[in-house]
Amino acid sequence: MNYLKENIDSLNKKLANGELTADQLAQDTVNNIQETDKKLNAWITVKDEVKPGSDLDFAKSKLAGIPIAIKDNIITNGVKTTAASKILGNYMPVYDATVITKLKQARATFVGKTNMDEFAMGSSTEHSYFGVTHNPWNLAKVPGGSSGGSAVAVASGQVVAALGSDTGGSIRQPAAFNGIFGIKPTYGRVSRWGLIAFASSLDQIGVMSKRVKDSAEVLNVIAGSDDHDSTTSEREVPDFTKFIGQDVKGLRVAVPKEYMSEGVDSGVREVVQQQIDLLKENGAIINEVSLPLTKYVVPTYYIIASSEASSNLQRYDGIRYGYRAKDTKNLLDVYVKSRSEGFGPEVQRRIILGSFALSAGSYDKFFRQAAKVRTLICDEFDKVFAENDVVVGPTTTTPAFDIGSEISDPIKMYNNDILTISANLAGIPAASVPAGLVDGMPVGFQIMAKRFDEGSIFRTADFVERANKFYKQTPSGMED
Amino acid sequence: MNFKSTIGFEVHFELKTKSKIFSPSPVSYGAEANTETNVIDWAMPGVLPYVNKDVYRLGIMVALATHAHVLPTTHFDRKNYYYPDSPKAYQITQFFQPLARDGYVEIEVHGKKKRIGIHEMHIEEDAGKNTHGTNGYSYVDLNRQGVPLLEVVSEPEIADPDEGYAYLEKLRKIVQFTGASDVKMEEGSMRVDTNISIRPAGQKELGTKVEMKNLNSFEHVRKSLAYEQKRQAQVLLSGGRVQLSTRRFDEATGKTVLERVKEGDADYRYFPEPDLAPDHISQKWIDEIAKTLPRTAEARYDDYVNKYGLKPYDADVLLQTKESSDFFDKAVAAGADPQLAANWMNTQVNGYLNDNRVTLADIKLTPEHLAAMIKLIKDGTISSKIAKKVFAETITKGTDPKKFVEAQGMVQLSDSSVLAPMVKEVVDNNPQSVEDFKNGKDRAIGYLVGQIMKQTKGKANPKMVNKLLNEELQSR
Repeated sequence: MNYLKENIDSLNKKLANGELTADQLAQDTVNNIQETDKKLNAWITVKDEVKPGSDLDFAKSKLAGIPIAIKDNIITNGVKTTAASKILGNYMPVYDATVITKLKQARATFVGKTNMDEFAMGSSTEHSYFGVTHNPWNLAKVPGGSSGGSAVAVASGQVVAALGSDTGGSIRQPAAFNGIFGIKPTYGRVSRWGLIAFASSLDQIGVMSKRVKDSAEVLNVIAGSDDHDSTTSEREVPDFTKFIGQDVKGLRVAVPKEYMSEGVDSGVREVVQQQIDLLKENGAIINEVSLPLTKYVVPTYYIIASSEASSNLQRYDGIRYGYRAKDTKNLLDVYVKSRSEGFGPEVQRRIILGSFALSAGSYDKFFRQAAKVRTLICDEFDKVFAENDVVVGPTTTTPAFDIGSEISDPIKMYNNDILTISANLAGIPAASVPAGLVDGMPVGFQIMAKRFDEGSIFRTADFVERANKFYKQTPSGMED
Repeated sequence: MNFKSTIGFEVHFELKTKSKIFSPSPVSYGAEANTETNVIDWAMPGVLPYVNKDVYRLGIMVALATHAHVLPTTHFDRKNYYYPDSPKAYQITQFFQPLARDGYVEIEVHGKKKRIGIHEMHIEEDAGKNTHGTNGYSYVDLNRQGVPLLEVVSEPEIADPDEGYAYLEKLRKIVQFTGASDVKMEEGSMRVDTNISIRPAGQKELGTKVEMKNLNSFEHVRKSLAYEQKRQAQVLLSGGRVQLSTRRFDEATGKTVLERVKEGDADYRYFPEPDLAPDHISQKWIDEIAKTLPRTAEARYDDYVNKYGLKPYDADVLLQTKESSDFFDKAVAAGADPQLAANWMNTQVNGYLNDNRVTLADIKLTPEHLAAMIKLIKDGTISSKIAKKVFAETITKGTDPKKFVEAQGMVQLSDSSVLAPMVKEVVDNNPQSVEDFKNGKDRAIGYLVGQIMKQTKGKANPKMVNKLLNEELQSR
């Protein structure tokens, strides 16, 4: 089964009328992944056999029998979960993440786990212990990261939808690079219970799909408060699909001038400007605004994210689970060798950065300062959202870059995320919807909204999708 | 040269919750290793902590009982360190914003009252426990991981070991009477760390402090502090310098022994815990908790001595534990005469507990039983001799005293219409005793009473018999 021309509605119809059985769909999906993944490497684990069963209620659950890809930092009971790290290379969890429990209740099908940057640290999926994932639009290009495997699985038609996680743009940037839709909901909208933590105050599980409405369907299932995660909100979850098909008349759209500056590739800017013009032609009110703190988001993010990561990753010490180095002499040796051998270079870099930022002499200079800037960034967004429904701009400054071209320059790689990071620091929802091609590579149009207003994002993204019908295009790297 | 000591305490109390602070695992003492753990306690990848709100309630009780100010917003922080008994490799504690600040405890040493300030009290989780086998392996038991602790940090306002002892005694009593903790040092539900520095009298800046951790009795605290005062003075007098260090108390020699020298404070890289949202503690909630706060030992003492007229000694014995005081209060509330209840508690009940090595929680006697038995004694239904049999039955089997007395026919014979003819008959049958009585030999009465007791199998009310006999003899 290839999903390039399918969506959840079309599959649900076929399953309901007996044109397809869920078992058959699952097996076809597995077979297709095993075949196509030879050149993509989007998966870490693919199950050999999947049997969703014959007792599915397709009228009750849109997701019944639909294969959903899961990023490999989301805990799945009894299925190897590695976070693409050697240190968890054979880790077999004993419980389910809340999102998995909810998808199981909806009777979605699980065929395996997707590739990613180790512990979600990276923007290219080159930092995986299980090898690089390739962009289906051009196999020599990166798929973006850290949810590169999930993005490629959707873009290449291996699945119809996937879960990813977004700490600084890890859903939106690969969605942009692969020409699909990806949404990071409001912080607290989706439970993080069972998400292997990178940076707790920034991490959020989200959805990626070819069609905007499909993400709304999946988000409907996974959103909501959770007793296991005290940072989730009690706020009511609306039916996100009701925002699909609306017009944009009167929609107040802010365009930060910093997002359309010289630092952004001119081809990308042009594609984005076309979407803004389309919105205007259809009755949206366009306001140019300024987010002057944008220039501080990258350092602020790297201080906070790395600090939290340095602490979150301390539990991987070779004692209780995961990789333990051999030939160790004493306790310190177990810690040092297991971590030196188990973590890749990018993870080690961030642990060191974070440990330094938190250390007694540096805390006030770095962590506390970053926390203050973060508060100011929240205030800056609050002001813009007082008069606007959405903030739009490019998702990334350039289309996907070549594999190997940036991996040796971490600062350059970090600066790639300048347009996506703000949403994580502010905890607001944000998405990327495909808007066109530049030199044969997809460009993402980013839409942000105020906290818990994913509805405005779906409304805007669906408009862009209808205007461009980008989903009709087949990734060029998939054509034999 | 005269030296001044500066002593401070950090006392950890295990809070008496049913489940752990951040996980639903149960809390109990002495369970098989690692049976009371779950994925959160093991810090499995992807797990998140979730605050057991009962921890706040118990902590607030202690804060209220020590006059401390509860902060309106409370938030946890992470203290990072590697150790096999710490599965996350960080401890969730409160560093930037503790639960409460600025309390005090009033102590009395050698007749002088003094207030010892409490700097702050914060909530944190306990770590697991390592044991080191003789086979070269070390073992980790995570049952204790996540047990809630309240750390009470005193101001360094304690001047000598006697004050230190008094502070700990008082603090333990206060916490015990809130019911927030079991305060058992032997089970680790109360743990004491202390530090002491000395400086020449007149010198302003404090001397170098020495820390002593996990002292396991108040007496050891007193002895170790006294030893340290002397040791540090000798070091200074001989021109030496006190080392910033951790020492332990050696019970056998009564001396403190160097454990490790600190070169500087460990860098715990504290930062706010991002997995937990801040919690707001409303004044309304604090007020509600205040209403449920059990009475303090001081208030109870006042009642016992001034309202009930108990001897100070009896009051002190009753106030040894909250359980015995609660038991006594309930018995009095159920109608027991306070002095009789205190007598029974402090002699018969305590005797039974000591002989059988059990606690009030283990016995079948209830405060209502005790009150019922005391009422039977007071209204003359049973004699104190019979009462001892009733007590033995009730405490072992939980039998209701009144029902037992009735079923066993132990009710005292106090009915004069029954007793008067018996008295008359005995006097008739013993003319010699009548003669003796007339001649002023009082022991004649004793003999006659004995006869009646024999006839009634000991059930006759002795007072009544005496009265009736006297009347009968006078009339002859």
